[in-house]
Amino acid sequence: MGGYLLRRVGQAAVVLVGVSVVVFGLLQLVPGDPIRLALGTRFSQETYDALLERSGLDQPVLQQYVTWAGNALTGDLGVSFRSGEPVTQLVLERLPATLTLAFASILVALLIAVPLGTLSALRPRSVVDRGATVLSQFGISVPDFWMAIVLILIFAGTLGWLPSGGYVPLTEDPLGWLQRLILPAIVTGVVSGSVITRFVRSSVLEVLGQDHVRTAQAKGMATRQVLGWHVLRNALLPLVTVTGVQLAYLLSGVVVVEIVFAWPGLGQLALQSVQARDYPVLQGAVLLFALVFLVINLVVDLLYSVIDPRIARR
Amino acid sequence: MTGQPYPEPAASPTATEAGREPSLRPARPRWRETLGLLARNPTAAGAATVLVLVALVAVFDQQLAPEGPNEISVEDRLQPPSTEHWFGTDDLGRDVLSRIILGASVSLRVGFTAVGIALVVGTLIGLLAGYYGKWVDDVLMRFMDVIFAFPAVLLAIAVLAVRGPGPTNTAIAIAVVYVPIFARVTRASVLGVREEVYVRASRSVGASDLRLLTRHILPNAAPPIIVQTSISLAFAVLAEAALSFLGLGTQPPNPSWGLMLAEGRGYIELAWWIAFFPGMAIFLVVLCFNLLGDGLRDVLDPRQRTAMGGGR
Amino acid sequence: MSEPVLEVEDLRVDLRTPRGTAHVVNGLSYTVGRGETVAVVGESGSGKSVSVLALLGLLPSRTATVTGRAALQGEDLLTMSKNRLREVRGPGVGMVFQDPMTSLNPVLTIGRQLAEAVRAHGESSKAAARERAVDLLREVGLPDPDRAVDRYPHQLSGGMRQRVIIAIALANSPALLIADEATTALDVTVQAQIIELVDRLQEDHGTGVVWITHDLGVVAGIADRVLVMYGGRCVEDGTVDDVLERPAHPYTRGLLGALPDLAEETGDGEVPDLATVPGVPPPPTDLPEGCVFWPRCPVRSDPRCETEQPPLDLVGGPLLTKGDGLPHRAATWCREGDDRWT
Ligand SMILES: Nc1ncnc2c1ncn2[C@@H]1O[C@H](COP(=O)(O)OP(=O)(O)OP(=O)(O)O)[C@@H](O)[C@H]1O
Ligand code: SF4
Ligand SMILES: [Mg+2]
Repeated sequence: MGGYLLRRVGQAAVVLVGVSVVVFGLLQLVPGDPIRLALGTRFSQETYDALLERSGLDQPVLQQYVTWAGNALTGDLGVSFRSGEPVTQLVLERLPATLTLAFASILVALLIAVPLGTLSALRPRSVVDRGATVLSQFGISVPDFWMAIVLILIFAGTLGWLPSGGYVPLTEDPLGWLQRLILPAIVTGVVSGSVITRFVRSSVLEVLGQDHVRTAQAKGMATRQVLGWHVLRNALLPLVTVTGVQLAYLLSGVVVVEIVFAWPGLGQLALQSVQARDYPVLQGAVLLFALVFLVINLVVDLLYSVIDPRIARR
Repeated sequence: MTGQPYPEPAASPTATEAGREPSLRPARPRWRETLGLLARNPTAAGAATVLVLVALVAVFDQQLAPEGPNEISVEDRLQPPSTEHWFGTDDLGRDVLSRIILGASVSLRVGFTAVGIALVVGTLIGLLAGYYGKWVDDVLMRFMDVIFAFPAVLLAIAVLAVRGPGPTNTAIAIAVVYVPIFARVTRASVLGVREEVYVRASRSVGASDLRLLTRHILPNAAPPIIVQTSISLAFAVLAEAALSFLGLGTQPPNPSWGLMLAEGRGYIELAWWIAFFPGMAIFLVVLCFNLLGDGLRDVLDPRQRTAMGGGR
Repeated sequence: MSEPVLEVEDLRVDLRTPRGTAHVVNGLSYTVGRGETVAVVGESGSGKSVSVLALLGLLPSRTATVTGRAALQGEDLLTMSKNRLREVRGPGVGMVFQDPMTSLNPVLTIGRQLAEAVRAHGESSKAAARERAVDLLREVGLPDPDRAVDRYPHQLSGGMRQRVIIAIALANSPALLIADEATTALDVTVQAQIIELVDRLQEDHGTGVVWITHDLGVVAGIADRVLVMYGGRCVEDGTVDDVLERPAHPYTRGLLGALPDLAEETGDGEVPDLATVPGVPPPPTDLPEGCVFWPRCPVRSDPRCETEQPPLDLVGGPLLTKGDGLPHRAATWCREGDDRWT
């Protein structure tokens, strides 16, 4: 277990170094002077000099990277070219909103996928199964931003049940928080849930055909127990990996959905920083997203080793 | 991880025995047969037909579109669907149907370019990683992991932020995102065939690496790559639309489905058709590429080595 | 004689496969009395496993069609309600599955899997079930049972897993024990221990046993009667003595290596294992007409061989039935004493 954990953390660290190089490289690839681009036409020479000084863009590239990465390790991601605020603060402010949406989406996805996939697997080729297949195909193909617009039109516009977007912190207004969370979480959740439904279906089908399920039945256990303990527990194993892989796509959906629903998370920040040509902020948002992905993925892997005794003791 | 198919509850000893048979002969995809099987799959055949039609529309868009993309007419603003304007008109009085027809070529061109680049680069990386293994594999795949760690759309946004908007850059941005997926699929596929009897046999008679790769390994590793291509096209069309929707892809006044959606968004309660029909167009094309991908998977890749769940 | 534990009558199993309907079991009938052990032998693919899985409703319900009658202590297993069947699985029929590598759930400890068997049929508490699990493991001869209960299947050897599966089958002291290749992976000492354990169960509870095996040593050692299966049919049955000493069906003789032109000589020692009969059994999707064995039969002494299915008839007529009164039957047109029978 210890060895496995260490190896996975090591791999993630290597990937993280690569991620940092890519993120750093973004600024280098900008054609022209990124500071000038950000400041527009009217700015004072002092502001310019201060930003140049702070960002170290006049230094040799390698040295820039070392400084940048070193600062990043201590939690300093530079300052916004626009407002001069520390990037770290800007992105950390947005992190909770993004994480909330990401987890809510995973929850929605699993709430859709596990029951629907299991039911389809238990009755292959039945009405439920065919219906689930069609639905998941739709869910996979529907553009998430379009679905968001349509849902806003229906639930915020026509029915007026839910706000069309925005965010309030949970601590201030729990009901308002939930109301604003529902639609975005459904949009990203449905898309990922559709993909995961197919996986659940096939992995439950596979487990159902395994010999040990027969052994469990032959003991005289109730069907419900066999399904719950023997089938689902085994089917959960591939599901965990799939959810991990899906996470990459899910986070991608989060970016889009945040923008449509004016959800003040990292994705919205990223787009705003692109529009403002505020590259350090974009860098910060991209870096943090990748970090979130790597951390959740790591957690998923460790979870996997907890559920599957065969991996844990390897 | 291998996505599992829709297996019959197995336990059939006959099935497992068949699986264990060593294949002595390269199982080259036979095109005739494949097409025949595909034609017998009504969903996939239907999807392919629709896609061919869409492609034809994209090619002959100038002839087909009732109006030009930017024929502004103030008195025709925000007209609901009618016999004159099948899909209605937008806030500037432009015919929505015409713009959808003229936007098709942008979507498809960007999609095909992006997937073409990703296919070539990703497959090459996957081939090298899978064939040479060891440190080549480690370095290349770790690099792919790095790209994979960024949310797809965000990475595309970042690429566009650096390179500026426009169709070519959009294609490049999407390609970057999809290279790791082709690399992974190809690598897994190559690992599967590398040790097969016929590959070892050719190696023992002294075939060169290049010959082995192009004559033996690639053709046999191809089925999952083909499936992945179809699925990736779905993603690419979707991603192009998303990026244009966000204002980073195709720029106005050019017609593009994603852009039309963004423009129609503000009028959604007043004139639903402006955003609805471009959305349907995206959905239809993406759905067809996904369905075609599924059909191809059933026919070509019964072992389901491709990542399931399509382009997302 | 008291009521038999199991009475199977005209059992038929069809399985839907991509290549058509497989007629895997075709009119199988046999009886297992109280405390009796019936050995079932036959080549791989002859339908042994399927025929017993069908009894407990363990075949995939979407593809399998099971007909006939299988009465467990008078109660038909094939028509009973789902609930009743669940009650019967375990205390009524304990089943040891053929493949020890895959028959245990990889993600649950063996203690849990054993305890489930105990708790499915009684109110016993978790702690009590665990204790019983340890006892069962001890009884099947698993070393260090106190520690073993907390192990996962992948941490045990094949032989150890097989003993766990046996322990699960015995957990509720079943009226009928079905053992499908139960001792194949075990060494001789452990095998002897298991056989003794089953013997005791038979004495204490009158358990009837169906023992599927390839090992003629085991057959000779434990069985009261032997049933020879081929192509999903019983081609010969009778007492161990009758079948092993005086096999009547050409297939049985081939299996025993008794016919010189059918199989290699087994030397002068005891018959250790089934001999191999040349040729392959017919696919169950495409069974021959007439006698199922005729395509491989070296005798084929009768014109009806290829056209008419021989019934399972007493060997040598009723008068020649041996003194213990148990019939010896074979399904073949040729008869000992027949001059074409060499
Ligand atoms: N689930 C299934 N679906 C289709 N065919 C099956 C299935 N299970 C078994 N069969 C077929 O039924 C026939 C009998 O199989 P069975 O497992 O009963 O043989 P067996 O006598 O137990 O052989 P062995 O000695 O190898 O265990 C075989 O031809 C097998 O291919
Ligand atoms: S009936 Fe004929 S073919 Fe069948 S076993 Fe007897 S002799 Fe052989
Ligand atoms: Mg068997």
